[in-house]
Amino acid sequence: MKITTILTGAALALGLAGAAAAQDKLKVGFVYVGPVGDGGWTYEHDQGRLAVEEALGDKVETIYQESVPEGADSERVMTQMALSGAKLIFTTSFGYMDPTINVAAKFPDVKFEHATGYKRADNVSTYSARFYEGRAVQGHIAGKMTKTNKIGYIASFPIPEVIRGINSAYIHAKKVNPDVEFSIVWAYTWFDPAKEADAAKALIEQGADVILQHTDSTAPQAAAEQAGGVVTFGQASDMAEYAPFPRVSSIIDNWAPYYVARTQAVLDGTWESVDTWDGIPTGMVEIGEITDAVPADVKAEALAMIEAMRTGDYHPFTGPLKKQDGSDWLADGEVADDGTLAGMSFYVEGLTGDIPN
Amino acid sequence: MDLSSINPVFLIASLMVAATPILLAALGEMVVEKAGVLNLGVEGMMITGAVCGFIVAVESGSPTLGFICAALGGALLSLLFGVLTQFLLSNQVATGLGLTLFGLGLSALMGQGYIGIKAPEVFRLDIPVISDIPVLGPILFSHDLMVYLSLALVAGVWAGLKYTRAGMILRAVGENHDAAHALGYKVVRIRLMAIAFGGACAGLGGAYLSLIRVPQWTEGMTAGAGWIALALVVFASWKAGRVLLGAYLFGGITVLQLNLQAAGVAIPVEYLSMSPYLITIIVLVIISADKSRAALNAPASLGRSFHASN
Repeated sequence: MKITTILTGAALALGLAGAAAAQDKLKVGFVYVGPVGDGGWTYEHDQGRLAVEEALGDKVETIYQESVPEGADSERVMTQMALSGAKLIFTTSFGYMDPTINVAAKFPDVKFEHATGYKRADNVSTYSARFYEGRAVQGHIAGKMTKTNKIGYIASFPIPEVIRGINSAYIHAKKVNPDVEFSIVWAYTWFDPAKEADAAKALIEQGADVILQHTDSTAPQAAAEQAGGVVTFGQASDMAEYAPFPRVSSIIDNWAPYYVARTQAVLDGTWESVDTWDGIPTGMVEIGEITDAVPADVKAEALAMIEAMRTGDYHPFTGPLKKQDGSDWLADGEVADDGTLAGMSFYVEGLTGDIPN
Repeated sequence: MDLSSINPVFLIASLMVAATPILLAALGEMVVEKAGVLNLGVEGMMITGAVCGFIVAVESGSPTLGFICAALGGALLSLLFGVLTQFLLSNQVATGLGLTLFGLGLSALMGQGYIGIKAPEVFRLDIPVISDIPVLGPILFSHDLMVYLSLALVAGVWAGLKYTRAGMILRAVGENHDAAHALGYKVVRIRLMAIAFGGACAGLGGAYLSLIRVPQWTEGMTAGAGWIALALVVFASWKAGRVLLGAYLFGGITVLQLNLQAAGVAIPVEYLSMSPYLITIIVLVIISADKSRAALNAPASLGRSFHASN
């Protein structure tokens, strides 16, 4: 009798200890817009998640859900994560902005980190990378390498992040090649390999010999390779499997240091709502290897531009620049302020077509 | 705006390529539904076919073998659904949804080592002289064989359902399984065969994506094509010819709007993108508004489980 009581007590104590130990582990949730194997955007976020596990080991437990549609579905996923004990949740697509704010209001104890958005709260931080710095490099190489002077751009949704990329690429292509034209196709998806491939084929068929993409899969790379003689750039991830040609360089999003730092901040109890927007200088934006398919002098110029952005000597949006309608935007030497960039909803002078609403 | 940069011949040729995956999948699903079974797992079977076809084509170097294995893979997965719904009488809607989730996960697992690998070149029809005929050549005589196979399949399914004994039995099972059973037909066996056929077609459609249209393997690459195929069946009111029409319409709108955008034409992209879905919803509303007409088209036993004891 006594022995059983002791045993029961011991078992209970063990159970409680176990539960306590489980509670000590910080549960970190990640909501992804595509599958982790997309080879692009979501893949890099998942690399960041793995880096958190690697760096913090036993102190954290990570959970993730992939291919979560933007909108109401994502709200359900976030709620579920918060209910299952996640104390820090990274929501990694622009379209999760309002759902994140809504769910965050219901769970004041849970910290949220929303990528590429602009709405914050006491428990919601935002973070993004200055992809437009990478786009400047792409625009430069594209302008130099195009023979037809027609550059195809597969855009996803008409949001500031995407419009910034188009403007930045165009400004720098135009600078080195005044005859350059941009054809922009809005795919209205982040991830649909078949549609992305169709878009690339349509652009190539109409004479584009450089394809820039702001969608997440490697399908446009495959289409360009099949067409032959078409230059592409890796998007979000290195996409090195298509190097050295058609992929001649890439923009790589490196979220790992940020994710580790933010998770550590929650562990230390020092987490605060902040707005982070880092680029090449901190390594959040990396430029993948520029292959030998790029002429040596162009490569040298591109590397010099990267270095100038790293040291802060060069900003991709430096005046004189006009808006598409011809009105003045930036005076000579003036640099765009972050507020304008964050909400950018206009094309710069020279781009044709309208931005869909 | 420069419409002259759009080449109508290329447009029609690429429309056929864009339509083929959903055409194959929708045709298979139509046969399944004609037999009275609602399989919502098209997306899962498609993506399983896509990964099976890709793996086999890469390993063997033969796209033909890839397509055969894609059909087998899709059929095998669909038989899982068949066993669950036909023998264990599980709910068809829930099982079908489960099949989609299962297929997406399984394909991601199988395809782990195949991301970024190139698929072998697919045989393309290239008849001297004929393929070079202006306009007609590129549209009719220079596609990959799967495009012709899909068209042949439309004709085959149409004629098979309408004129053959097997087709009539299949339809009888779908219309009234109790009567078919009373006449001595093996309802469950016929339905299993229809389900396997549907799976094989979905598998072919998936492999068409991974081997020809994209061509590469990426997780989740069907990106909803299976659901479009499902909607097409309803849109076509269970008629093979209309499935073809619907698939080409859908493929056409997709390709056309991308081409118009590339040419710099200002079009309301959002509306064009959603138009196929809108049309499907409208068709659904019309069908459900008039019960007698719906009864004419939809198989009467659609989605109902059958057991010989009933």
